[in-house]
Amino acid sequence: MNGKSFVAALAIVLAAASTSPQAQTVSSGLRGSTPLNEEGPAAPMTPMRNTAERETRNYPEQPPVIPHSIDGYQIDMNGNKCLSCHARARTGESQAPMVSITHFMDRDGQFLASVSPRRFFCTECHVPQNLVTPPVSNDFVDIDSMLSRAAPGGRR
Amino acid sequence: MTAPKLDRRQILKLEAAAMAALAGGMAAPALAANLVTERAESELKWDKAPCRFCGTGCSVMVATKENRVVATHGDIKSEVNRGLNCVKGYFLSKIMYGHDRLTQPMLRKTNGTYDKNGEFTPVSWDEAFDIMAEKFKAALKKRGPSSVGMFGSGQWTIWEGYAALKLMKAGFRSNNLDPNARHCMASAALGFMRTFGIDEPMGCYDDIEAADAFVLWGSNTAEMHPILWTRVADRRLSAPHVRVAVLSTFEHRSFDLADIGAVFKPHTDLYLLNAIANHIVKTGRVNRDFVDKHTLFKRGQTDIGYGLRPEHPLEQKATGRAKANDSTDITFEEYTKFISDYSIEKAAEMSGVPANRIEAIAELYADPKTKVTSFWTMGFNQHTRGVWCNNLIYNIHLLTGKISEPGNSPFSLTGQPSACGTAREVGTFSNRLPADMVVTNKAHRDKAEQIWKLPEGTIPDKPGYHAVLQNRMLKDGLLNAYWVQVNNNLQAGANSNEETWLGYRNPENFIIVSDAYPSVTALAADLILPTAMWVEKEGAYGNAERRTHFWHQLVSAPGASRSDLWQLMEFSRRFKIEEVWPEELLAKKPEYRGKTMFDVLYKNGQVDKFPLSDIEAGYANDESKAFGFYVHKGLFEEYASFGRGHGHDLAPFDTYHRERGMRWPVVNGQETKWRFREGLDPYVKSGKDVEFYGFPDGKARIFALPYEPPAESPDSEYPFWLSTGRVLEHWHSGTMTRRVPELYRAFPEAVCFMHPDDALEAKLRRGDEIKVQSRRGFIRTRVETRGRNKPPRNVVFVPWFDEAQLINKVTLDATDPISLQTDYKKCAVRIERVTAS
Repeated sequence: MNGKSFVAALAIVLAAASTSPQAQTVSSGLRGSTPLNEEGPAAPMTPMRNTAERETRNYPEQPPVIPHSIDGYQIDMNGNKCLSCHARARTGESQAPMVSITHFMDRDGQFLASVSPRRFFCTECHVPQNLVTPPVSNDFVDIDSMLSRAAPGGRR
Repeated sequence: MTAPKLDRRQILKLEAAAMAALAGGMAAPALAANLVTERAESELKWDKAPCRFCGTGCSVMVATKENRVVATHGDIKSEVNRGLNCVKGYFLSKIMYGHDRLTQPMLRKTNGTYDKNGEFTPVSWDEAFDIMAEKFKAALKKRGPSSVGMFGSGQWTIWEGYAALKLMKAGFRSNNLDPNARHCMASAALGFMRTFGIDEPMGCYDDIEAADAFVLWGSNTAEMHPILWTRVADRRLSAPHVRVAVLSTFEHRSFDLADIGAVFKPHTDLYLLNAIANHIVKTGRVNRDFVDKHTLFKRGQTDIGYGLRPEHPLEQKATGRAKANDSTDITFEEYTKFISDYSIEKAAEMSGVPANRIEAIAELYADPKTKVTSFWTMGFNQHTRGVWCNNLIYNIHLLTGKISEPGNSPFSLTGQPSACGTAREVGTFSNRLPADMVVTNKAHRDKAEQIWKLPEGTIPDKPGYHAVLQNRMLKDGLLNAYWVQVNNNLQAGANSNEETWLGYRNPENFIIVSDAYPSVTALAADLILPTAMWVEKEGAYGNAERRTHFWHQLVSAPGASRSDLWQLMEFSRRFKIEEVWPEELLAKKPEYRGKTMFDVLYKNGQVDKFPLSDIEAGYANDESKAFGFYVHKGLFEEYASFGRGHGHDLAPFDTYHRERGMRWPVVNGQETKWRFREGLDPYVKSGKDVEFYGFPDGKARIFALPYEPPAESPDSEYPFWLSTGRVLEHWHSGTMTRRVPELYRAFPEAVCFMHPDDALEAKLRRGDEIKVQSRRGFIRTRVETRGRNKPPRNVVFVPWFDEAQLINKVTLDATDPISLQTDYKKCAVRIERVTAS
């Protein structure tokens, strides 16, 4: 479904006014159609996206989202499962993207022999994605789209 | 759903065709076929700004192009985060672009006129301010200043909070001003005031790299302060001798780094804290020299109640309720006798934490060779004895002298980006004024009135309605014109079913909500004002380590959106001073007769002192353009005059636009990293070594405070403890982060985390729909038995970010009676299966 029209349809709809505030119905994209003084059914849990296909980043500085499920992955004092595929030495075997070079830098910007401990907990920045359509879309325009608008034909 | 993918060969073929077309003479000379190379095109304008989210106060670099934010990344020059952001911070670029941004004022109307039960209808700013002014004037006429109020925010910029403080306390002469920060760190603030006589942490984040041990008390730093967690992880994993202890009522992500994990029964932290102090005394590790020179002992008032409505049976029988903040002097010996009841064995029995683990944590404090930093957040602060918890942790650091030096640091972490900078330092609480002053102190009121050029007696001398009381007064029809800015209190305030909702919809009241998005609070209001956010305005925040940092306006706000600051100041023009002040007050300043509140409060020769030409070249500044003077600079400099020379010194305005923030007190251009220690803090007198100068005697207070039970505990009817809280991916009520698709998909809806055995016993499976039901209300949600939070038996955890599951319909509005902060971590619920219909 087109996110924009979906949101437009939902945006701040106040149904027929009534003299009792209790009877008022109100909707927002994120809450759905349940009136504020009632509680609606809970959305079903959704599965995690689980592929090897990368998602396009919104800008180069954005940490990539995790395209696969990480259910049961251990990241603690005893080990970091993510590194069993994404560590430099493992990527030949796994064909997974190598942990970015920035992750080897300490607080002072110096490169260490291995991934910096400040980057140890991967999920502080990289998050997996549920298979769900967000009810409110986002109108962020990435730089490439902006430049191609400025110079048609210059950029796909 | 996904478009058919091109394989590598097809992509290359298309690219080749495009390059051939270019070679054939198509006009794009400065572009390579598939790369923008021309500097004018590819250049981005990068500026610094603090992150919009938590109290850590990371600096981010923001790229703008064509009046839009196109990228953000962690600021490498910032001491706080050194180039890192958390996942929320990395997606800041998208928070302003949710498709349903509010772009014009909307008023509930029926047939073209205001109607409390009408439909939201677009109106002009003029019409919006007309009806607001009419409602404020009517309320003032009917019931006086106590009938108008405002609920603000720890996300207000410093000057927004300051302008609001002046508007309410000096203009309307109402102390009914409180921030949502009341919900998050009022207990911490009152803890500081009781123990040290001055607010905010003595240490700073540099403690992290100097500490040998960390103890987390009711703080899931891994999710709530992610960048501080990267620094703790760096320290722990880089230096193998470092130890991390994590205490909580359920296991969470911070336990992943814990050498010592301790899950305790809710509320028994009071036992644990006293038992650790007792262990220090019993094993002879009190630093007597430090204690004798720098501390006093106090016995706190007990049986202080639970901040419920006065007619509640628990309040009726609380004998110490009226004097909750009182204390009496005792000796060191009386104190040690008092805590001798709190043995490690007793604490183990009460808390469920094995005695050897309590002892191991106690040793981190007791061992004079270990530099220990304690962090705490909502587990301590959202607690009906939250101020006590704060006092008790200071006891431990004071008994051992482990304070005010690198690595030895009791450190209260704040949740919001300017809970310190705006809520606490500016003093936007119902009882406060800037620089730790209070409305109940005549000398403090005099000082404020003198700085503000107001007649004596302008500021009322009684505290106004605090956050929880505001909702009760709305419901009772005693607070009738009410303005909410930068918060979502219908979602965030406890017991919304029985208080908040009924208060907002009470026909006696007119509710105004300023927001960027249609939050549930906005939708429960009568008038919605569309509001500029983050880098759509010039701003200033103050983080948890006393760091004040600024940003410039970088883009324009959409449509008719205006900043909170513009709204506050523009609204003040609607009132002649005669309409808000009584004649006897006006008689003391007859020259103000005929002027507007705007003239008296903001065009006072101080706030309007700086010309537009002072604005740094290359930056827009919508409010200043509207008012004709550099509003932000004028407000800041007037505000800063409260604290300069009084331990709260701020640097000159322009300095902050250059620096990545500075930690106050800033004296002679130097920031202060550790307070109260000679050589590190310019306010400590020579030869004193340590001086807790918040009190005239220079001494900190060690408090004897007992265990007292929580307001509500599980029973046969409601057998589970409910704790609420946050998740990494969403900021508070989710109005910004749930509009970022990547963050939405990372944690789409709230769930109820519960122990698998509790689920099994109730014949529930992961994903089943349940009702979480208390005596006050319910929500419908799903069972989660796996994942990041692992509650013990009989405890469930539900995050509150999801506006489709308003968990605060379920929670109890019991507060700490001293700080008046709600305990969101403890109430009794039952779990019922929702049968498929």
